[in-house]
Formats: sequence, C-alpha cells, structure tokens
Amino acid sequence: MEQTPLVEVSGLRKFFPIRKGLLRRTVGNVRAVDGVSFSINAGETLGLVGESGCGKSTVGRTVLRLIEPSAGSIKINGNDITAVGKQDLRALRRQMQIVFQDPFSSLNPRIKAGEIVGEPLKVHGVGDRGEREAKVADLFRLVGLRPAQMNNYPHQFSGGQRQRVSIARALALDPGFIVADEPVSALDVSIQAQVINLLMDLQRDRKLSYLFISHNLAVVEHISHRVAVMYLGRIVEYADKTALFAKPLHPYTEALLAAVPLPDPALKRTKHRVEGDVPSPINPPSGCHFHPRCPYAEARCRVEAPVLRDVGVGRQVACHLR
Amino acid sequence: MAPVLEVSGLSTVFHTRRGLVRAVQDVSFSVNAGETLAIVGESGCGKTITALSLMRLIPQPPGEIVSGSVKVDGTDLLKLSEPEMRKMRGSKIAMIFQEPMTALNPLMTVGKQIAEMVMLHDGASKQVARDRAVEMLHHVRIPEPARRAREYPHQMSGGMRQRAMIAMALACKPKVLVADEPTTALDVTIQAQILDLIGDLQKEFGTAVVLITHDLGVVAEVAQRVVVMYAGRKVEEAAVGDLFAHPLHPYPRGLLGSIPRVGSARGLDVSPDERLREITGMVPALNDLPPGCAFAPRCSLADAKCHAQVPPFELKQPDHFAACWQA
Repeated sequence: MEQTPLVEVSGLRKFFPIRKGLLRRTVGNVRAVDGVSFSINAGETLGLVGESGCGKSTVGRTVLRLIEPSAGSIKINGNDITAVGKQDLRALRRQMQIVFQDPFSSLNPRIKAGEIVGEPLKVHGVGDRGEREAKVADLFRLVGLRPAQMNNYPHQFSGGQRQRVSIARALALDPGFIVADEPVSALDVSIQAQVINLLMDLQRDRKLSYLFISHNLAVVEHISHRVAVMYLGRIVEYADKTALFAKPLHPYTEALLAAVPLPDPALKRTKHRVEGDVPSPINPPSGCHFHPRCPYAEARCRVEAPVLRDVGVGRQVACHLR
Repeated sequence: MAPVLEVSGLSTVFHTRRGLVRAVQDVSFSVNAGETLAIVGESGCGKTITALSLMRLIPQPPGEIVSGSVKVDGTDLLKLSEPEMRKMRGSKIAMIFQEPMTALNPLMTVGKQIAEMVMLHDGASKQVARDRAVEMLHHVRIPEPARRAREYPHQMSGGMRQRAMIAMALACKPKVLVADEPTTALDVTIQAQILDLIGDLQKEFGTAVVLITHDLGVVAEVAQRVVVMYAGRKVEEAAVGDLFAHPLHPYPRGLLGSIPRVGSARGLDVSPDERLREITGMVPALNDLPPGCAFAPRCSLADAKCHAQVPPFELKQPDHFAACWQA
C-alpha cells in the first residue's frame, strides 16, 4: 500500500546550548535530538519509545515547532513547517495538536472546561459564539463527558476525565495529526484502558495519525502500528510493531523488552540485564552510544557510530552487528 | 515458622474538614522471613497509608491509627512509646520510598548518612560505621563505593540514589523492609536492576519485604503473596500464581484484563484494533464511601445486596481469600 505520508520528518536535530560564565558563552550542547527521521501515514500510529532523557519528548515538541528545531525538515501534508513564518505556522497548527502527560498542569485551573476546549476555536475564529458552544458540546460527548460538565473547573474532574478534556481540546480544530506525549502515564491502570480505547476509537472514526510517545512498551505495543526506539537522541530501531516485538534486532531494544516485568508469574523471568545507567546526552559515548552497556559490543562499536540502515521491508536498525 | 511481620485489624483514619477519611480499614496480613508480600491497588486505595502506618509515620493529627496491631518478631509497634519506636525504625523495620530524595538528606554525604544510622542503632564507632557505609554501598553494587560515599545525593543518578537509599535501609539488617513503589520513578532497565538487587539482598539477609506497587508486572515477578486493596480495604489475598491465574474478585479480574501486555503480538496476533477491557467509572472518594461494597458502583455483577452490605473478607478457596458477595 503506497501512499504519501501525512507527516514526514527528516534529519531532525535539536541541540540545547549550555552556557557558562559571565558572558554566557556556549561551552557545549545537549544533543537532545540528533538526526531523527520518520514518517506517519494517515490513520497510523507511530510509537516512539525510549527511557528518560532519550529525546522522545523533544522530538514531539519540535515536530509541532513548539520548540524550534536546530536542523531538519518537518512536512505535514506536504507543507514544510520549518520553512514558514509565524502567521502561516498558526494556520498550519490547525492540522496538528498535542496531548500532554500531566492532565493536572496542562489545563488552566481558573478556566472552565468548556472554555478550555473552545479556546482553539476562538483563537482561530471558527464560527460564532453559539456555533462554538454547540461544537464544544459535541466534543464533550465525543470524548465521553457530559455537556453539562462544560461549566466545571479542571479540579472538579478526575485524572482520567481531565485527560479527556485535553483530548477534546486537541480535537477541537479537527486536526489530522496528534502528538500524544505520555498521555496515560499519569493515570491509574483501570483508567489507562479507558483513555487508550478512546484514542483508538477516535483514530478509527476520524482517520487520525498519532505520534504516540511513551516509555511503557506494553502500551506502545498495543496502540502502535509501527515503532521507533530512541536512545540518546537517535533512533536505533524502526520497525513494524509485530516484527519489533517478535524479534528485536538492536541490543538496546532487546534489553528494553527483557526488562519489562510481565504480569504472569508462570513465565520464567530472563535474568538478562543491561548494566549501568543511561549516559548523559551532553557527553555521549563515542561510536555507538549504547556500546558501554551493550553485552555484544566490539572494538568497532567504540569508535564508529552505526548508521540506521534498511534490514528487510520497512525495517531499520542502527547496529554494526545486526 | 512464625511470621516476622504480623499485621492485624489495622485501621487508619484522617480527621479532615471534609469529614472522616477512612484510609485503611481492618487490614490484616503476615509475612515470613525471606518472603515478599505485595500490596497492589490504584491511587487512593490505602496502600501507602498502610505502609506508613507500619512505620508509624502517619502525621498525627490529622491522621490516627484507630485500631489493630503491627507485630514485628512478636513486639507490637503500635504499643511502643515514640523513643522506643525510633529505635525500631532502621534496626527492625525500614522503609524505602518512590522518590529517594524524600529519604536522603541533600546536605549530607551519602556515606555519612548511612554511617549515622549504624552509629545510632549499633553503637558503632565512627570508623567502623564509615567502613560499614562503604561496604553497604559496595553491596548495592555502586561502583567505586569509597569515592561515592563522599558524594552528595544530587551528584548521583536516579538509579544510584535508589541504591544508596536501599543501602541505608538495609545497613542495620532490619527484619522487615517496607518498599513503597521503589521502582516507579525509574526507567525499565534500571527498574530491573533494582528489583534484582532487592531480591538478592533479601535472600542474603532473610528480610521480609512488603512491596507496595500499582504495577502488576512487578508483582508477578517478585512477590510470593499478593494483597489487593480497593478503597481502603483488602478485597483479595492469595499466593501470586493463584491470584493471577484465578482472580476471584471482580476488581482484580478487571485490572488484569485492562492492562496491555508486552509480547501479545508474539503469540496471539492481536490486531491494533482490539479494545482493552475497561473498568468503567472511577474510585470512590474515601470520605464518601457507598454503604455496601465500595466496588459495587463499577461492578457488572453487583446486585441489591452488594449495594447495601459490605461483603466480609473470607476464605473462598484453599488459601485464597476475597471480599465479594458474588465470588
């Protein structure tokens, strides 16, 4: 099935300068995102996984230009959003929205939920007051809230309901693409399932594309079609969901999967562990970033950074040994 | 073998402006030496308040342990004076937390903090205590323990701090270790390391571990027995294999159905369209509990009796307890 992807990101880089001293001279860079490329088709979910500090949230934000990228191009529906000015960007923003992890800090506590959801409509001058209110009521129903709750303040909602409010706000302008940055990580397990089901129902009904960022591999496996694994600012493996979870190729993916505790006491746990901590992205290890923790590392891995190369259909891995 | 930790009929309440909050109601369990008991449940189910009650760390007021006993090696902690209790903490019963910075003093080197514990409880000299601190850091597999002992908590990574806190908790070889979400703030690869570490140290010292967690995967990996809590009460208790294979109460049954699993794509070809089983509704407020079973409003099996009367916690099958009128 060939189609033009809805979202096409290539060579994305984001370096945060580290300034020191009286003159705030740049003494180094945090290479948060270091050359990341991927694409997402309409109606598709790309899962982006990795541990804290790997740059996955920075990817999510730079893709929407909430943070300015240092380099690379980001095409949404064929339009390169890195090349446009503020005015045009605002128009393009209607096609792309974000849902954040923490439903407690991402909603303004002084504004009623109905206004929060209606805000994007107001900003973009959609309809008159009455039309906007009707649209907000529809959105509330769509995400499983009662329109009567439009008059409530965020603190009157539970965590799961707040996340529904965030999702309704993200959907207000009928975007095609949504970045979901750890949208269920702050929720209890029984509530997580409700929100995941909602996101998947919405995707099916509205042909939404998701960039689903999470550290929870089980959730990513459940919701994604394809998965990209990040380590220290780079994608180390990129594959179809089924292929990746059936047979991870990169030693880091392998280690991640082996480390997830399985909710089945009958399964024998593998005592195969990676040692050590994630290194600092300020001063990443030479060669392959994963080599200090990799059980298979060879001399070559210490000096030469592996490039992400094709291994089979739609599958890429950055490892000298695989 | 008599259990090392015996908790019976523990009830803890909070007197608040919005009324009496019954955070823990009539909770009992026991743990043998070298055994791990997991207490699972969602936020607000009373699992952390249970842990803090064991340590007698409930702020009083507004909190109050209204009834029950917590026996460690036969001594009821709830009957001790505060100075006596202080001697028990660390030496007989110790606790580790989700966020190590809440337990570590940011103004003191890690080595000094551990040494202080050893001096207080074992009456060791400064030199002996300092050596013991380094030895403990080595034990929790912190590289270069002698150098790390001279560092402050902020100089360490999250996983390292967690190790340092475990070293401190186990420095005086307590009989009971209460671990409240010890790996929740950590990345999975680090979580696996810390769980292995706790398991190894437990084997070596014969510590009884009470593990508080919301993560059913962690429970399945490390616990021998499981207590499931909901809205302040125990709803089910069984050996881990039994509980995961045949959960009796609708709440744990729902929980197990609602979690996506890694590797489901491996065996059964689960299409991405498949829905997770939801538990509808949400946890009730503890100051406004329904009159009957607290889970009844979310339960598909609930009938009139469930809404009217609290079900007793009773033996349903050999060594398998539940509080449900329908089970």
